[in-house]
Amino acid sequence: MKDTVIRVENLSKQYRLGMVGTGTLSHDLKRWWYSVRGKEDPFLKVGEANKRDVKGEGDYVWALRNINFEVKKGEVLGIIGKNGAGKSTLLKILSRITSPTTGEFKVKGRIASLLEVGTGFHPELTGRENIFLNGAILGMTKSEIRSKFDEIVAFSGVERYIDTPVKRYSSGMYVRLAFAVAAHLEPEILIIDEVLAVGDAEFQKKCLGKMKDVAGQGRTVLFVSHNMTAVKSLCPNSILIKQGEIVKTGTSADVIDAYLNDERQVDFEKEWKLNDAPGNDKVRMLKAKVSSPGSKQTDTLTVESEIELEFIFQNLTQLNNINLSTYFCGLDDFVIFATTSKVVERSNGLLKFTCRVPARFLNAMMYKIDVLYVSDSSVVHSFTHCLQFEIEETERKGSYWFGKWPGVIRPSLNWQETEIKEQNLTMKKAENA
Amino acid sequence: MPEEQWTLVVKPKNSWFDLHLKDVWHYRDLVAMFVKRDFISAYKQTVLGPLWFIIQPLCATYLFLFVFSSIAHLSTGNIPGVLFYLSGLTVWNYFSTCFNKTSVTFVSNSTLFGKVYFPRLVSPISTIISTLVTFLIQFLLFLGFLAYYVIFNGLQLQLSPYLLLLPYLVLLMGLLALGSGIIISSLTTKYRDLTNLVAFGVQFLMFLTTVVYVLPSAGKKRALFLANPMTAIIESFRYAFFPTGNFNWHQLAYSSIFTLVILFIGILLFNRTEKSFMDTV
Repeated sequence: MKDTVIRVENLSKQYRLGMVGTGTLSHDLKRWWYSVRGKEDPFLKVGEANKRDVKGEGDYVWALRNINFEVKKGEVLGIIGKNGAGKSTLLKILSRITSPTTGEFKVKGRIASLLEVGTGFHPELTGRENIFLNGAILGMTKSEIRSKFDEIVAFSGVERYIDTPVKRYSSGMYVRLAFAVAAHLEPEILIIDEVLAVGDAEFQKKCLGKMKDVAGQGRTVLFVSHNMTAVKSLCPNSILIKQGEIVKTGTSADVIDAYLNDERQVDFEKEWKLNDAPGNDKVRMLKAKVSSPGSKQTDTLTVESEIELEFIFQNLTQLNNINLSTYFCGLDDFVIFATTSKVVERSNGLLKFTCRVPARFLNAMMYKIDVLYVSDSSVVHSFTHCLQFEIEETERKGSYWFGKWPGVIRPSLNWQETEIKEQNLTMKKAENA
Repeated sequence: MPEEQWTLVVKPKNSWFDLHLKDVWHYRDLVAMFVKRDFISAYKQTVLGPLWFIIQPLCATYLFLFVFSSIAHLSTGNIPGVLFYLSGLTVWNYFSTCFNKTSVTFVSNSTLFGKVYFPRLVSPISTIISTLVTFLIQFLLFLGFLAYYVIFNGLQLQLSPYLLLLPYLVLLMGLLALGSGIIISSLTTKYRDLTNLVAFGVQFLMFLTTVVYVLPSAGKKRALFLANPMTAIIESFRYAFFPTGNFNWHQLAYSSIFTLVILFIGILLFNRTEKSFMDTV
């Protein structure tokens, strides 16, 4: 039997919402008064499940509740869940940045965490100095770093600039150097949070490869990511966290399926009042809607129907050269295609954008829509997951095959079918000769 | 079945005395790197560089000379005014800079602390060490003025054996500043009210030492000054150079014990706070 290197028992974390102010002081005094009399903290009894989008009543929320799991030596465990499900809180507790409210965890071996690439990099220091600084912050000793120095520089590919202050680096070079240091850490347990979301495609591939190596060397890795492909390829097993609780553990394939199915709710139309509309101080989204204008059924979209997307925005300041980039994504957040609107020269009021996707273009599957609101070539705000809808299969005419249509789109293209008579073919040959 | 060997067990509330000081030792290379970082980043892209550390005490010395000597006619004993104020300021500056910097440890490092774990004590310790550079520069300035007075003004200088105490005095100040700084930083993570008091308090504290006046020979005022642990340190520092000061082993022992107590309380509080300050900072 393999050794257990991490054991998490009944781990919970409670957060207080809102501002620190006089209210906090009175709660602290009450808490102190209870502890003086040897009673349990009264605020541990209150608190609600961690639902990000539901307005709660109380001031206390359980970011994590009764988390139990074990990790064996050499295991690479994925942790997935929606934004705000509690993944990062779990990692923060395991990497000792904050402590649990109740419960405990035990660890065997040295633990290093990578919640961000380039933690503690100082812009004024050179690449060389930052390698030593960053390495020391991550827990390496000077001699360990010195022995790996050449390897780190080679991996980063910024050899030429190693004695230049990192503030002169391009953001790509910066990230490469930072990841190179982190990749050469050699703790027994490594905790990684979404660091792959950086760098260009080539470098991401290199990072994934490096992480596979790390896992292959028998080290234990906890990996949190939204990138399902990465989780699937790196981690044999995963756990799914939802609203602060573990809802599923098992092989990554099963857990990811459960996660994606859970996401399968449909949002055909969303409307907001200005005050709680998504957006920022420049623009708010008031409405997002998907419909099929021609069809009689309003609650289903089919492969045969024309699809219309509609977005209404309120500009809060004057913006110039506005356009809308719309991303059609699959459930795994992979962008299938993107389309942009024409440019609106100037607006400081309400703006409506509509876009029609022709019939027989999308396949029968779930789509998510992300929208980037762009002004003067820069993103004012990105509205992720504005809409989510499923395109349904209809009766296929003239086809005897009923299986799942492969691919992420199903464009109906202009096919020409002509029967060629053998006589014509021989005549052509003769002409050419 | 034998009890399993865990290298680390994290619970919501560990014992007050579970200090992990060994961890700090393990991260000693990080202390060195932080010191280097502070040193390099302090001078980059300033034209005058370390000269700024000289200008500041010089201005303060001449200001004190003007206000306390010329206007208020306060005595500086047998020590020339410039040397009297400069010696006091050199020592005081080290303490107050360390104190001010370490008292914001949690607040100013929150982004770093929020992303990676290392024993948080590493940060204030490296601050104490990197501030030594400033102290040394100002100390050299003081020595320069001392030499000037000896050569051109015929000041009698006798090398006293108490000069050997200087490293101990610096260490004492560093630890005192560390202890009191981390107490303040632990208390201000949640309620920032105290921060407002600190800036004012440090200045106030300076006037309760002998930076600007001679230690009164008797009375309540003398007791008040001596209650301040910095007084004995400043007096000992002056005594090492000028034979006409107050030096008393008892007072120095008092300062040392005071420092140890403060440091101990500081480390306890700091350890308590570092575990969950991210939720409240």
